[in-house]
Amino acid sequence: MLAIKLAIRNLLGAGLRTWLNVFVLSLSYVMIIYMNGMLDGWNSQAKSDMRVWETGGSQYWHTEYDPFDAFTIEDSHANIPVDFNKGIAAGDFAPVLITTASIFPEGRVQSVLLKGISINQNVVQLPSTSMLGEWDDIPAIIGKRMAEKNKLKKGDLLTIRWRDVDGTFDARDVVITEIFSCNVPSIDAGQVWIPLNTLQEMMQVANEATIIISSSEDDLDILSAEFVYKNFEFLTEEVTKIIQAKSVGTSIFYVILLLLAMLAIFDTQVLSIFRRQREIGTQIALGMTRGQVVRLFTIEGAMHAVLAAGLGAIYGIPLLLSQAKNGIPMPEGTEDFGMAISDTIIPEYSIGLIVGTIIAVLLAATIVSYIPARKISKMKPTDAIRGKVQ
Amino acid sequence: MEKEVKIQLLELVKSFPMGKREFLALKGIDLSIYSGEFSGLVGPSGSGKTTLLNIIGSLDGPSQGEAIVLGQAVSKLSHKQAAHLRNQSIGFIFQTYNLLPVYTAFENVEFPLLLLKKSSSERKKAVMEALDWLGLADRAKSKPGTLSGGESQRVAIARAMVKRPEIVLADEPTANLDAENSHHILKTMVDLNKSLGTTFLFATHDEKVIGYLRRIIHLNDGKVAADEIIEK
Ligand SMILES: Nc1ncnc2c1ncn2[C@@H]1O[C@H](COP(=O)(O)OP(=O)(O)OP(=O)(O)O)[C@@H](O)[C@H]1O
Ligand SMILES: [Mg+2]
Repeated sequence: MLAIKLAIRNLLGAGLRTWLNVFVLSLSYVMIIYMNGMLDGWNSQAKSDMRVWETGGSQYWHTEYDPFDAFTIEDSHANIPVDFNKGIAAGDFAPVLITTASIFPEGRVQSVLLKGISINQNVVQLPSTSMLGEWDDIPAIIGKRMAEKNKLKKGDLLTIRWRDVDGTFDARDVVITEIFSCNVPSIDAGQVWIPLNTLQEMMQVANEATIIISSSEDDLDILSAEFVYKNFEFLTEEVTKIIQAKSVGTSIFYVILLLLAMLAIFDTQVLSIFRRQREIGTQIALGMTRGQVVRLFTIEGAMHAVLAAGLGAIYGIPLLLSQAKNGIPMPEGTEDFGMAISDTIIPEYSIGLIVGTIIAVLLAATIVSYIPARKISKMKPTDAIRGKVQ
Repeated sequence: MEKEVKIQLLELVKSFPMGKREFLALKGIDLSIYSGEFSGLVGPSGSGKTTLLNIIGSLDGPSQGEAIVLGQAVSKLSHKQAAHLRNQSIGFIFQTYNLLPVYTAFENVEFPLLLLKKSSSERKKAVMEALDWLGLADRAKSKPGTLSGGESQRVAIARAMVKRPEIVLADEPTANLDAENSHHILKTMVDLNKSLGTTFLFATHDEKVIGYLRRIIHLNDGKVAADEIIEK
């Protein structure tokens, strides 16, 4: 096709200018794919960490339970429905009882969530078995963040004060039997885990729980007026929201990046109108039709995007592949980010992401080329040749 | 033998807007150019030579009157038809060369042939031949930026002639050429005129060109002042 042939000739003829534009454009491809891949990777890493450590496949919550409202917690427990018993014995469910309590590290008062989980559960990865055995005090496990914040070590004693169902305060010591390290802050910061039956005794609520963690994602249709099924999406909603917020942030970044790239093409196609309008006028004088001119310039612009995809692939594929293999190290201080984040994130580059990015850039490049080409082609060729700017 | 009319101008008027008023560049021109003529528009700067060539080349339309080129009324042509006419039948040599800056000399000359969808071997042969005529074979790979004024002018001439058009419109084709080159090119044009019957219409005030013309149309202030046939 003539237009393609001439477009290639124009691009090659323009030499360095073409390659600069192509390079800028290729950067936007690689950056967009990189950033998105990182967010996708983070999203799925965060969710899989949460699944392993915190949420299991799904949960059943006491109807009153609202993790964001500390006042509801004291009233949100009920007898574990009998339907769960078989599954609990088989290790498919892990009931958790939750209450608020105070601890007194180094003489200060601090509110914590006191959570009871059965020692033998293996629905989540919490090292509950380290609370096995005979202890003088109540065995407890805490996370790394909690330990660091309160300068607690394995074997340390900690005084805990809680209220039972009747509202009576009581206090006892717990001994830290294990400090676990995980990427999920919501089971770590401000929390103390003790054996379920101990907490049930302390609160005088035998056989009660606040939530029941299920290893299955499916709603097992267990009949209960007090416990309702919460699926995995619901449980990881916060992560999805954070990632979406991040995506919006990075979208602004892409837009800037894309604008920069488009500006480069736009510049070649429009801002150099002095030079190019003479070129177009000449081409029309030599017998090109307006349609041919518009097609030529549009293809020329779009071809920047095609070349950029090629160039981006040359340096982008090895770069992105090595990151997909080795992960992207995350800076220190992301601990308190409010969601699960590991030291390195393994980015995920989906076909959809790559194809979508290429189409978006291609489309943008085509549009910024088409609009000015159409405008210029409408000039009178004599004016165009004389280099008159409209 | 009755000669065929290639270009016919009927009370042709061209005005340009100048502020609130109109500036009359061509003030009613009646003229016929016949097949195989080697003629020139001669006149002082601003007399309307380029304006007239532009209208004949269907790059611009008349304000009043009509220009009939190869049987087609320029004012009635659609953009597509005008492009087709230029592409098929007219070779334009611009006063300002107007080479395509990103193309080599070869590619510039090849351009009209690409539009005519000639095969690659045809194109190559024709382009090398045209460059040869004009003594530019060794500059085929050069870009306009590296060519001298005279060389650029010759590339522009080669580009206009390469497709062997029926009509060549040449606006000051020798303005940047030395005497030797001018004569060489003019002789080539005369040869083409004789062998292919190509109709030439120049716009010039160069004495060397005038010396070759067989019809001199004197333009003055947008009007034909005199029209003389030179017998040779
Ligand atoms: N597009 C235009 N807009 C306004 N005025 C124009 C335009 N084109 C030409 N003119 C005016 O028309 C007159 C004739 O111009 P033209 O270019 O045809 O002269 P010319 O005979 O070719 O002169 P030269 O020998 O200097 O090339 C000039 O006064 C010029 O300023
Ligand atoms: Mg002129």
